[in-house]
Amino acid sequence: MMSDETVSAIALTELPRKESFFKPHRIVLMGIAALLVFSIVWFMRWDWVPKYSGRLVSGVGVTLLMLASTSIIGFLLAVPIGLVQVTGPWPLKALARGFCTVVRGTPLLLQLWLLYYGLGSLFPQFPGIRNSFLWPYLREAWPYGVAALTISFAAYEGEVMRGAFAGVPAGELEAARAYGMSRFTLFRRIWLPRAVHRALPTLNGETVLQLKSTPLVATITVIDVYAVVSKVRQETYITYEPLLLLALIYLCLTAVLVVGFRYFESKIPTRGA
Amino acid sequence: MADAGSMINWGLLALEPPGWGGVLLAGLWNSIQIAVGGYGLGLLLGTGGAMGKLYGGPVTKDLLEVYTTLVRAVPELVLILILYYAGTDVLNQISAALGWGPVDVSGLAAGIFVIGVVQGAYSTEVLRGAIKAVPAGQIEAARAYGMSPGQILRRITLPAMLPHAIPGLSNLWLIATKDTALLAVVGFSELTLVTRQAAGATKAYLLFFCAAGVLYLMLTLVSNVLIVLIERRYRRGMAEPA
Repeated sequence: MMSDETVSAIALTELPRKESFFKPHRIVLMGIAALLVFSIVWFMRWDWVPKYSGRLVSGVGVTLLMLASTSIIGFLLAVPIGLVQVTGPWPLKALARGFCTVVRGTPLLLQLWLLYYGLGSLFPQFPGIRNSFLWPYLREAWPYGVAALTISFAAYEGEVMRGAFAGVPAGELEAARAYGMSRFTLFRRIWLPRAVHRALPTLNGETVLQLKSTPLVATITVIDVYAVVSKVRQETYITYEPLLLLALIYLCLTAVLVVGFRYFESKIPTRGA
Repeated sequence: MADAGSMINWGLLALEPPGWGGVLLAGLWNSIQIAVGGYGLGLLLGTGGAMGKLYGGPVTKDLLEVYTTLVRAVPELVLILILYYAGTDVLNQISAALGWGPVDVSGLAAGIFVIGVVQGAYSTEVLRGAIKAVPAGQIEAARAYGMSPGQILRRITLPAMLPHAIPGLSNLWLIATKDTALLAVVGFSELTLVTRQAAGATKAYLLFFCAAGVLYLMLTLVSNVLIVLIERRYRRGMAEPA
């Protein structure tokens, strides 16, 4: 299982602090950085930006939509996946563990292509699916992208939730039982809220990781911001400038996510914090 | 519609042509080579980066902070594209300036380079955390014995931090094996790309993608067994984690 530290080693989870930011050497460094930015803006080609700005904005929208929908659905799936691994009957436990192992043990790109090319080529052979109301959606690319990203998020977050459910102190659950709560009431009032509370700090890192995974859907023709930039590079034959802008866009999106999560974490009461 | 048994043509996975099994295994071998090379390069960069971040001067610290921040905030796919084009471009310009003419960069070297740079930032962070977990008194004692910084690193810091670093480093190894799949996007024929080519040529998409998935999964499971053995060896004499 990935620990908290590992997740924050591969996904940005905190921003530099404002205090003690200005030091003499930083002013020199920032001068050099400003010179670098100026020469990038001045000497490289940016005349294509206005022409593509509309498509870039809608691409960012698709990326954010992908991120939000897959994280939310994935988290809702992760709760039962984590729960059955702690308390479920053994067939469900084995199933959930197998699911997590397989999804976490293979590359997301392969899963995505398996769903899109594999299932996508299988579905048209069944008349029942072709005549169903789902068929107009199954002919598009985005349902496969959403499915692959959701499954991946559910598997990674399911492991986190397993640890969170197992880590709720037994005394709290016993106290709830002593109060005569039914199993469901106990789960709803004590176990789930405490587990979610414990899992929240990793949620930040997992969401940034999910953002970093979204550009893969461009390989199955979903037009997210990465796909728009690839299109710009094909049409204008400019190699670096679109990629630099793309990196900047992802940097800003990550920063917004980190700031947002920090705001929400500050809203959650914790003792001694 | 045919029944399920005859729909799966297992002959397609045969090792000899016209089967594609040999091609898949060659792709897996390429993936493993890149993962090992990139992971090793990443460890080198990470050790240097962690030392620089902990003991370097203020400018070194800031530059390393920029490096790890950028790599942790930008998708691997985008980094791989930028590094791939920029790396080959810079190499070509250097060789042109030296009058050697254009060089043909091998896909393997380029892949190891891009995975290594990405892994370097990750392992910088993992190793920095592990080194910080080494009690400061041990390093001070080594300094008091008159050891040089190199000796302290080799004799005290690296052996003492390894048990703390192994869980993170083993996760990074698993990430490295899976990140090699991203090189399919720049056209390097590692396992995922050859799988797609095989599937496209034979139209047996499900069969080939599942076969590649099994290969990746076996790589992960074998790695997990080795990781448990390594962890047990380096944690000997330490208390069991709570």
